[in-house]
Amino acid sequence: MAKLLMKGAEAIGEAAIRAGCTAYFAYPITPQSEVAEYLSKRLAEVGGTFVQAESEVAAAQMVYGAAGAGVRVFTTSSSPGVSLMAETMSYMAGSELPAVFVNIMRAGPGLGGILPCQSDYNQATRGAGHGDYSFMIIAPSTVQELADWMIRAFPLSEKYRNPVMIVGDGLIAQMMEPVDFDAVKAEEMPDVEGWATTGAKNRPRNLINSLFLDPLKLEEFNHHLKEKYERMAREEVRYENYMMDDEPELVCVAYGTTARIVKTAIDVLRAEGLKIGLIRPITLLPFPKDILRAESEKPHVKGFAVVEMSNGQMLDDVKWATLERKPVSFFSRNGGIVPNPEETVEFLRKEYERTQK
Amino acid sequence: MLNEVTLAGFGGQGIMTTGKFLAEAALEQGHEVAWVPSYGPEMRGGTAYCTVVISDRPVGSPIVNTPNIIVAMNLPSYEKFENAVKPGGLLLINSSLMDVRSERTDITQVHIPCNQISIDLSGSGRSANISVLGALIGCTNLLPWESIERVVTEKFAKKPKVLEMNLKILRRGYDLGVEGLKGS
Repeated sequence: MAKLLMKGAEAIGEAAIRAGCTAYFAYPITPQSEVAEYLSKRLAEVGGTFVQAESEVAAAQMVYGAAGAGVRVFTTSSSPGVSLMAETMSYMAGSELPAVFVNIMRAGPGLGGILPCQSDYNQATRGAGHGDYSFMIIAPSTVQELADWMIRAFPLSEKYRNPVMIVGDGLIAQMMEPVDFDAVKAEEMPDVEGWATTGAKNRPRNLINSLFLDPLKLEEFNHHLKEKYERMAREEVRYENYMMDDEPELVCVAYGTTARIVKTAIDVLRAEGLKIGLIRPITLLPFPKDILRAESEKPHVKGFAVVEMSNGQMLDDVKWATLERKPVSFFSRNGGIVPNPEETVEFLRKEYERTQK
Repeated sequence: MLNEVTLAGFGGQGIMTTGKFLAEAALEQGHEVAWVPSYGPEMRGGTAYCTVVISDRPVGSPIVNTPNIIVAMNLPSYEKFENAVKPGGLLLINSSLMDVRSERTDITQVHIPCNQISIDLSGSGRSANISVLGALIGCTNLLPWESIERVVTEKFAKKPKVLEMNLKILRRGYDLGVEGLKGS
């Protein structure tokens, strides 16, 4: 199929439809209301259901209900709205239900601003809600990748019977880039009869529940969740290496939009002969910990440089992954400001020179 | 090949659409492309701008501080972006709405009466965003004329009269763009 020029937000909607998703519930919030605008029209054309909920709390609960009924369902929001969904996220992980959540992050805390930010890293990777649960967290960097992961996210959430969250920022949702929706093949939803509440005629009834009053049963359940997340960490880690083949001395770590700016900065510095590479986590959870740890052991690697649109959230994970065997430096812009390539070049040049001393 | 084009004007002038047409034509030509809007608390009549990145490699940073081509459709845009043009780059000025000349000697400047072209050919200035698109193609080597003609034709395919008018406006812009570059 020919590539279409599409806004990220619209590509989310179209990719969900290509993935076979038939239900979408949401409450509008900048900078991703175009997903709802797009699907309010498009979902009806394929016989799907869209409800503009009265709040994010309600939208998430509708997702919970549809997922329990064995329907492919998703919702999208932005930071303050995602906070409101936190309770339901915990319940859905506790009820082992598949669904996809999208957070197009805006600057916080509170109502914050509407411009791009990455300050919900901790909210996403540590679980916004209560209890011992995690979502798989995916951070695409281009509109194409956003569409690809929307299509993959549904089967992934079904494989683990656990919600998957895609995180982006206002830039990726608002910009237009070419998209090929056939780049990733959609997968059929697996049989849900074993757990979904689809009507219990001629079979034992299924129960959607996250209440375990018997502590031994709950402990057993939490161990079961732990095993799922450990399997996820073994099987689902995804990352991209950029300019990592010639033993770079400085290794950058950045994701999403920021990784694109770092790539441009690396191109500039490579032209000057500076050996700098980038590891771009695609899955923020499971985090490519082993990859970074292995890098930290290599003698040619003199330091790590993290660039983030936050006060340093992924930074903690990089320090943990590398055990701070090599210095981990940090550059950030915040509050809705995207770091520009020039200032990123200056930061990386300085850090590179430091590694040469 | 890497071209970064910022198009700026006031809200409602159709500048975002101009950028979109440019991006679509570039995509059709097989280039990598990104269209990045200024989004934020903007309103109709306020400044609006977008950046189109056209490259033969995957587009890295979509944030561009010093584009090599800037189109200024009104005075506030000119004042905001005049100094942002990359040395050696091009500044395309809508001379219908401002009588200015940049003092910079390290850039090429081309002055095109975008609103006037539209008024002359359609009776209104509403298609200034089409004449400027033609002019942009005329005074740069961004894309072949045929590619932009094709995109505009597709966009107005359902309105033959509007299409005919817009193609004339596009062509006049293009011709003046070619001339303007020679005269600059």
